[in-house]
Amino acid sequence: MCGIVGIRLKNPGLFGDLGELVVPMLDVLAARGPDSTGVAIYCHDAPDGAIKYSLCAPGPNYDWPGYVASLEARAGVLPVEFRRRGRDAVIATPLGPATGPRLLQEIDPSVKVFGFGTAIEVYKDVGPAAEVCERYGIQAMAGYQAIGHTRMATESAVTIEHSHPFAVAADLALVHNGSFSNYATIRRRLADDGVRFDTDNDSEVAARYIAGLMASGADTDEALRNTLKVFDGFFTLLLATEHSMAIVRDSFACKPMVVAETADYIAVASEYVALADLPDIEKAEVFEPMPEEIYTWQA
Amino acid sequence: MAGLTAVELSCGDMTVREINSTLRGLPDGTVVRISQPRGRHNLAVGISGRLDITIAGNAGYFIGGLCDGPDITVAGFVGWSVGENLGSGTVRVQGNASECVGASARGGLIVIEGDASSRAGISLKGGSIAVAGDAGHMTGFMAQAGTILVGGDAADSLGDSLYETIIYVGGKIRSLGSDARVEELTEADVARVSELASAAGFSHVSAENVTRVASAKSLYRFDALKDQRY
Repeated sequence: MCGIVGIRLKNPGLFGDLGELVVPMLDVLAARGPDSTGVAIYCHDAPDGAIKYSLCAPGPNYDWPGYVASLEARAGVLPVEFRRRGRDAVIATPLGPATGPRLLQEIDPSVKVFGFGTAIEVYKDVGPAAEVCERYGIQAMAGYQAIGHTRMATESAVTIEHSHPFAVAADLALVHNGSFSNYATIRRRLADDGVRFDTDNDSEVAARYIAGLMASGADTDEALRNTLKVFDGFFTLLLATEHSMAIVRDSFACKPMVVAETADYIAVASEYVALADLPDIEKAEVFEPMPEEIYTWQA
Repeated sequence: MAGLTAVELSCGDMTVREINSTLRGLPDGTVVRISQPRGRHNLAVGISGRLDITIAGNAGYFIGGLCDGPDITVAGFVGWSVGENLGSGTVRVQGNASECVGASARGGLIVIEGDASSRAGISLKGGSIAVAGDAGHMTGFMAQAGTILVGGDAADSLGDSLYETIIYVGGKIRSLGSDARVEELTEADVARVSELASAAGFSHVSAENVTRVASAKSLYRFDALKDQRY
């Protein structure tokens, strides 16, 4: 099954409540995906000129001060900001997205870079939504946009790395409900072109494919339109970038999605139950998006 | 139906199972309001009493499924398979509906005042479905009997693999499914559409101007069973 949720706030007065809004959405959909949970939070709170890197520690009580010292020794930069998030950390540094992710990985290969960009922070872990959100303090987080996922694994193992979202380019995150049938072929083709993969997960292939198109200048509409043509299988995809949130469903449309829009926000979820606690939801226009149509919301 | 008594059941206090079991114990004619549905699935399922039930907000999957008698109104949106396997009675949705409206229904009337998503009337076996707005792709897929009326436009593959259900569309048809074809509208069709539009409360549908879609019968044949009735 899997559950996916997304919320894009139009009213800045709600930015402080983003975590409070998104945690119940994920919690309700834990029944659709109890294996692992992940969320990408978008907040423009990075210091000027800095990129935020969401880093996953290999275990509890990781030596983050040692990691920061190695970063300074290796790259000659100190993080301008270091935030501890449960076991993990978010480091804001002037390292650019072209070199930063690899360098941060090389300092300690057991540390995973789960996302990077001026706005995005990514938290994911094995376990049901309530536990994972509690572990990383998601409820208290502010921001203007979030997408999240509750996973019921089908195509690959249940590990932290295999959890969604897949945030493989700057400020880009993808969550997926469904399964791709031809992903191994596409993956080989991308690998031949030099694309590196972190996991054998089918959704990561779609994330890397979309990121590749967008790196070549495609916008989200164009990237998702190509995804529809190239990927076979069942899917509802939710894609977030710094300035947009977009959804697409395959031609069979057997993976659900509900959209609700009010003056204050656009919210999407696999089932309406996940939207039921949102403010003024009874005033929202609620509908199910059409198959093979790309819905994009941007500023 | 004249309301005998008014009963309020809140999803805030009761489980879906408790609500449905309470509904089954109410006498015919009772007026019931189900409050705070909050997207719950399976509300008012398997009810055979002649109740007048209002669900006061957006609801989840299978609303009013397997019912045989009540008149149900949902003041909002519904998830998948509203009125699934309906036997008799009515289910009226005042908002939009997700996929598979009236899947396998055998009788009764299902009215969607907004739009319906994909596969409305899939495997319909009787009764009527009336959608005021647009209907999604594969509406009427493998539908066997009964009537589907779409007041607005129909998306791709309308009536794919149709059997004996007749589909009427007030707006445009994006594409027909396999073995579905447009047929000439007869006086009997106009009467059937008028009656259904009137029962649904649709004043925007002009019965003389709908498009009739039925099976071309090139995919399904019962020649081998020609002595049997179906």
